[in-house]
Amino acid sequence: MKKFAKIVCLLTVLVMALCCFAGCGEKTNDAIKLGGTGPLTGGAAIYGNAVNNAAKIAVEEINALGGIQFEVKYEDDTHDPEKAVNAYNSLMDWNMQICLGSVTTKPGEATSVEANEDHIFYLTPSASSANVLGGVADPLTGVVDVERKDNVFQMCFMDPSQGKASAEYISSQKLGEKIAIIYKNDEVYSTGIYNSFKLEAEALGLNIVSTTTFTDDTDTDFSVQVAAAKDAGADLVFLPMYYEYAALILKEAKDIGYAPKFFGVDGMDGILTMDGFDTSLAEGVMLLTPFNADAEDERTKAFVAKYQEEYGEIPNQFAADAYDCVYAIYQALDEGEALKNEDGTYNYDITATELCDMLIEAFTASDFTFSGLTGENMTWTADGAVSKTPKGMVIQNGAYVGM
Amino acid sequence: MKKFFTSKMKKSNWLVYAGVILAFVVFQVMSGTGALSSTMEGQLVPVCAYVVMALSLNLTVGVLGELSLGHAGFMSIGAFTGAVTAAALEGAIPNSGLRLLVAMIMGALLAAVAGVLVGVPVLRLRGDYLAIVTLAFGEIIKSIITNLYIGMDSTGLHCSFLNLNFTMQDGKMLLNGPMGVTGIEKISTFLSGFLLIMVTLVIIFNLVNSRSGRAIMALRDNRIAAESVGINVTKYKLMGFVISASLAGAAGTLFALSQNTIMANKFDFNTSILVLVFVVLGGLGRMWGSIIAAATLTVLPELLREFSDYRMLVYAIVLILIMLATNNPTLKGWFARIFKRKGAEKE
Repeated sequence: MKKFAKIVCLLTVLVMALCCFAGCGEKTNDAIKLGGTGPLTGGAAIYGNAVNNAAKIAVEEINALGGIQFEVKYEDDTHDPEKAVNAYNSLMDWNMQICLGSVTTKPGEATSVEANEDHIFYLTPSASSANVLGGVADPLTGVVDVERKDNVFQMCFMDPSQGKASAEYISSQKLGEKIAIIYKNDEVYSTGIYNSFKLEAEALGLNIVSTTTFTDDTDTDFSVQVAAAKDAGADLVFLPMYYEYAALILKEAKDIGYAPKFFGVDGMDGILTMDGFDTSLAEGVMLLTPFNADAEDERTKAFVAKYQEEYGEIPNQFAADAYDCVYAIYQALDEGEALKNEDGTYNYDITATELCDMLIEAFTASDFTFSGLTGENMTWTADGAVSKTPKGMVIQNGAYVGM
Repeated sequence: MKKFFTSKMKKSNWLVYAGVILAFVVFQVMSGTGALSSTMEGQLVPVCAYVVMALSLNLTVGVLGELSLGHAGFMSIGAFTGAVTAAALEGAIPNSGLRLLVAMIMGALLAAVAGVLVGVPVLRLRGDYLAIVTLAFGEIIKSIITNLYIGMDSTGLHCSFLNLNFTMQDGKMLLNGPMGVTGIEKISTFLSGFLLIMVTLVIIFNLVNSRSGRAIMALRDNRIAAESVGINVTKYKLMGFVISASLAGAAGTLFALSQNTIMANKFDFNTSILVLVFVVLGGLGRMWGSIIAAATLTVLPELLREFSDYRMLVYAIVLILIMLATNNPTLKGWFARIFKRKGAEKE
C-alpha cells in the first residue's frame, strides 16, 4: 500500500511541475521577442551556432544601450524542414514577435511558409534560395515555383544572383579560359548557384570544360572530380559550395600537382579558420563574399574581438549576417523610437502582425539603407532580396585581400 | 458472432481500435477548443504518418520476421508520388479530400510495385539478405529522386533525368531534382491521418487473423516445418512484404502533404532506423506497442526542448530507460502487483 501512495505522490509532483511550465506564457513582455531556428546540433551545427552566438552578441549590445530591449531565442532544427516547422511552432508558443528565420536553406523554405501564414516579419540571415522569398522565376525553367511571401526578407545574397555575379566577375576580369565546375548536386544552395552560373557563363561565352558533382554520401573523396578538371585542362575551377568540401578539393589538387585558380562563393568563407586546415593550400583562392573577418573597419574589428572573446573562434559570414539582421531590425524600428509610448516606456506587447506591417513598410521604404558588417548601404525592395555589392577577395599569406 | 467478440485475440484488437478512436476524439476536441499548443498542433499529422510507418514495418519485422532497413525508401516513393500527383491534379480534382485519397492510392500503388521489384528476387533467399538489399534500395531511391525533374504546364507533363533539359512558359515544377518539391499545398488533415491509421489496422489485423496471415507467421516461426506442409514460401513472404510496402507508401503521401517542402534526403537510412526503433521499442508483432512508441518518440524530442542543449542526450537516456523498463522482470512484476492490488481494492 505504501508503494502505491508513493506512486500517487510522484505523479502529483509531476503534474504540478507540468502546470508550472504551462503557466510560463502568461506574464507581460519586458522585451521584444526575436526567434529563429537553426541547426544547433548535427552536421550543420557550425552554421547554426555561429548565427545563434552572433545574434546574442548583437542583442546584448543593443540592450546595454539602455533603450529598447530585445530577447533572442534560437531553437534547434537539425537542418531538417520537418523539425524546423516544429521549432518554429515552439517559438510561436513562446510568443515570438519577430522571426530571424532559419539558418539553412531548406528549413528556411518550410518556416517561411508558416511565417507567411502567421504574418510574422521574417528576416533570414542565411537561407539563400529563391524559394525562401518566393516569386522568383527559376532561371532554368523560367517559371515561378512559389508565390512571393510578402513578409520574408533576406540578409544574404540569393543563390541565383551569386551564380550570376560570379560568372560576370570571372568574365569581366578574364580570370580563366577553360572553366571546370564541381558542385554538390543534392543540395539546394550549391545547385542553385550552379544553375544560374551555367546560364550566365553560356550567355557570356565562358568556356566550361568539365562539370562534376558530389553528394552527401560522396563528400569525402574528390579524386575523380579533381582529376576530371585536370584532364580537361581547366585553368579555373569554380567551387559553389561550403568550405569543408572545398578544403578537401584544395588538398586533393595539391596532392596530384594540379594548380589552377580556384574561385569560390560566400560558402567558402570560413576556410581559413577551419580546424586543422593548412592555410597555405588556400593561397591564391578567390571568392566573392560580403564579409571579411580581417577587415580594418571599426565595426568589424569590434565584432570579431567580442566574438572571439566569448566563443573562442573567428566569426564566419553566417555570424556576420545574423549580427546584421538584429541591427537592421533595430534600425528599422528607429532604434526603438517606433515603439515608444508617450511616457517613455516601450510597447513590448505589440502583436506580431502589427510589428510585421511596421517592419515591411520600414524595410521597403525608399530611403531605408542599412550599413553593417556585410555591406554598406544595403537596401531592400518588395521582392525581399537584399541589394549589396559582393566583395571580390583573394587569399594571400593566409588572409583575405581585396581584389 | 458471439465467438467473434469473445476470442481473446479479437478482444485486444477491439481495444486497439477503441484506443485510437479515443485518442483521435480527445486531440480533435483539444485542437478545436484551442487547448493544444502550436507545437502539438503541428505534429498531429506527422505523428499519424509515423504511426502508420511503424505499423507497416511491424508487419514486415514482427509478423513476417524479415528485417527491412530501407522502409524509408517506400515512404519516399509514396511521398514524392503523392506530392506530384496532388499537385498535378490540382485543377482536375478541386476537392482536397478526394485529391488526397487519389494521391495516397497512387503513392501506395507505386510503393507496392517497388516492393514487388525488391521482394521477388530477395525473398526467395534465406538469411538476412532482405536487410542488405532494402538498405541499398533506400539509397537508390534517394539517388533517383535527387536526379528526377518533373514539370507541368499547359502543354502537359515534362520529365527529365539527370539534367533539367526542358523549359516551360507557364505552369510549375512538380519535382525539381535536388531541390525536391516546394510549395506543397497542405491537404493532409488530422482526420485523414486518423482514417489511414484505422484502415492500416483493419488491413493488418484481418491479414494476421486470416489463413494467409497464419501461413506468414508459420514461415516466421519455422520455415522448414511450414514448407513441409506445403506453404508457398515466396508467395506468402511477398504478400506480407508488398502490403507493408504499400502501407508505407500511403504513410509517405500523408506525410508529404502535411509538409511545406520535402527533399529526398529526408528519407534516408536514419529515418528507416528511426521507424525500426519505434517497432522494436513497441514490441515485435505488437501493434498497439508500435502505435504508442511511434507517437511518443515523435513528440518526445519536441517536449524535451526545455533541456535545450542536452535535448538529444536526454532523448537517448529516455530510450534506454524505456528499453530497460519494458524488459525488466522485477519492474514487470512490480507493475503486475500494483494492478492486481488495484483490482483487489475495487472488489
